[in-house]
Amino acid sequence: MLAVENISKSFDDEAVLQPVSHVFREGETTAVVGPSGCGKTTLLRLLLGLLQTDTGAVKFGSEKLTRENAARLRLRVGYIIQQGGLFPHLTARENVSLMADYLGQSREVVSARIDELAALVHISADMLSRFPKNLSGGQRQRIALMRALMLDPPVLLMDEPLGALDPMIRFDLQHELKAIFARLNKTVVLVTHDMHEAAYFASEILLMRGGSLVQRGSLDALLDSPAEAFVTDFIRAQRADPRLAQQ
Amino acid sequence: MHTRSLPARLCRDSRLEVPGACIGMAVAVLVWAAVCVAGPARADELKVGSKRFTESYILGEIVAQTAAREGAAVVHRRGMGNTAILFEALKAGGIDVYPDYTGTIARQMLRTDATDLETLNKGLSEFGLGVATKLGFNNTYALALPEETAQRLGITTVSGLSGHPDLRFGLGHEFMERNDGWPGLRQLYGLPHTPSGLDHGLAYEAIAAGQIDVMDIYATDAKISRYALRVLEDDLRYFPEYDAVLVYRLDVPQRFPRAWQAITGLRSRIDAKTMVAMNARAELDGVDFTGIAAGFLGGAATVNGRASTFLDKLAGPDFWRLTGQHLLLVFASLAAAVVVAIPLGVWAARSEAAGQVILSIVGLIQTIPALAMLVFLIPLLGRIGMVPALVALFLYSLLPVVRNTHSGLADIDPSLRESALALGLPATARLWRIELPLAARSILSGIKTSAVINVGTATIAAFIGAGGYGERLVTGLALNDHALLLAGAIPAAALALLVQWSFDLAERGVVADGLRQGQ
Repeated sequence: MLAVENISKSFDDEAVLQPVSHVFREGETTAVVGPSGCGKTTLLRLLLGLLQTDTGAVKFGSEKLTRENAARLRLRVGYIIQQGGLFPHLTARENVSLMADYLGQSREVVSARIDELAALVHISADMLSRFPKNLSGGQRQRIALMRALMLDPPVLLMDEPLGALDPMIRFDLQHELKAIFARLNKTVVLVTHDMHEAAYFASEILLMRGGSLVQRGSLDALLDSPAEAFVTDFIRAQRADPRLAQQ
Repeated sequence: MHTRSLPARLCRDSRLEVPGACIGMAVAVLVWAAVCVAGPARADELKVGSKRFTESYILGEIVAQTAAREGAAVVHRRGMGNTAILFEALKAGGIDVYPDYTGTIARQMLRTDATDLETLNKGLSEFGLGVATKLGFNNTYALALPEETAQRLGITTVSGLSGHPDLRFGLGHEFMERNDGWPGLRQLYGLPHTPSGLDHGLAYEAIAAGQIDVMDIYATDAKISRYALRVLEDDLRYFPEYDAVLVYRLDVPQRFPRAWQAITGLRSRIDAKTMVAMNARAELDGVDFTGIAAGFLGGAATVNGRASTFLDKLAGPDFWRLTGQHLLLVFASLAAAVVVAIPLGVWAARSEAAGQVILSIVGLIQTIPALAMLVFLIPLLGRIGMVPALVALFLYSLLPVVRNTHSGLADIDPSLRESALALGLPATARLWRIELPLAARSILSGIKTSAVINVGTATIAAFIGAGGYGERLVTGLALNDHALLLAGAIPAAALALLVQWSFDLAERGVVADGLRQGQ
């Protein structure tokens, strides 16, 4: 359902993303991994139409993403960024219900959906009435997840969603998120620099470097038949494989 | 009760809902102010003007009372700016008649050297104006310096000044610029001095305090003898005749036949000695203009002319009228500015090119001096008083609001902007639900800045007869009456503080709880 065909992007003649094509596995989690500046965030922003592609196309099903239909297609995508991107002038509840309110959904429907999501991500009614500045980092990301899931979109795009959290909270949230993704059957694209996290969540990993896709596959596939030395080096550097770590 | 912010309400109801109480109060204040200002409507009233100095006030008052005694409805617009403003006001019909001097009319209005009434009438007739009724004295310009200095340096004529380039000149702003003022005088006499400009009302104080050595004076100034000044002889005959006359609209004799007949009856009634004496009563004895004029005209001199105390002046009978006028000036212009400036600021934030143009233009407006702005606006709008004053204040109010709207929007965290985009909100909804609420604090502080500055700037409205606390400042300045100056300045300062506090309170309603400090 979500695919990119030969998309590329340059800024001031500098290629930040070489042409890449990929069909994201429906209902599964794909991780886009690589060091900073490898083009993984650019790829994600192109998927949402926050940046315009130089070549190629992003496709939702058979529909090509354009400037004109971007606002509509975005309703089929939930988007979560590192710091949550919650609006500080709205309470947590208002952040979550913003789009549903805008679309004119009834109070009852909105309220029921919020209760359902709050239970899913373990957020209390008290927290929902707070402003973002009065929530912890982990709570903010849970609210951001609620906001992303509010309209029940088939696709979730996440840019380092757990990157700013301390390790214990991050560990807990990873477990919860994985369970939620499995249960909701979403097509998830997770951008992370952390190979552990990528391997934990994703059935398929896209490893990028310097604007190019280096290799795609499971962690085992990457380990067993690395496309180039960088693949092994990157995994080893992150001690992401017990076999490599022991060497 | 959990009060929700205005932007939050906008978000929920997706229509403009403003705290009713605030708007209601604002409207009530404006209506009350308008009523204070407008007063009952009159059929046709004779509008007498006067310039911003004692003698003009007195002559204007004499003309006004003379007409009033003939049963005409009369209003005296006291202390209006300078010659340019009076000339424009006269042409536009904002005033009907005011006292001026032949030399001034010739040099300032008509750019001619001849000062006879025939030449002046010929020149003025093309504007529908005329000049009549020589009042009986010649109030020429002259330069003066302390008698003691004059004797020490042996200076008796203007020519004598050229040998003393170290003398400090302090000249009235208008004199510095006038065709018959400093530029020509310096050229004719070859004077090497660089004068500093100051208000005529303050020059006597300055010369008495030894801050300046030479000042410009009018021949009938009351303070010449009091401050022991030597009036220098105009030995090269630079200054023209400055016979006091009345400049009027040609339709006045027809509109007010009886009053006009009485006014022309003032011809040759006031000689120089009488004028100096009346000026002295105002400036040295603190008698008010109404009383002086009544005293001159005889009969019903009912006004007690003695100087009143500061508190009397502060709480004078004009207090509520001036307060109403001042509030109307400040808030009506501000309201209009907000309506225009916020969209301009949004536009400026949307497009960099438009932003540069918009910010440059509103910035440029800010650099236009207030008096110059008024002189532009009077012919443009064809009137004096409240309307040009409101337009001027409106224009001055734009910059802070436009700039703060622009910067408030431009400073929004890009990740928030992007989050709104990623949610799928269209542009209009992003503006109303996300961007404007996030910029609300900045926008409100721009409005507050405009309001507080407006309270101060509104005092200039008095120059063109729009009233407000500036009326006391203008009169106080002309009379060098410190108590009256304070009686104007203190309410203006108090109003500025009140406005500041009100906005701080309003911030609680307009800026979302989540954006404010603390919790």
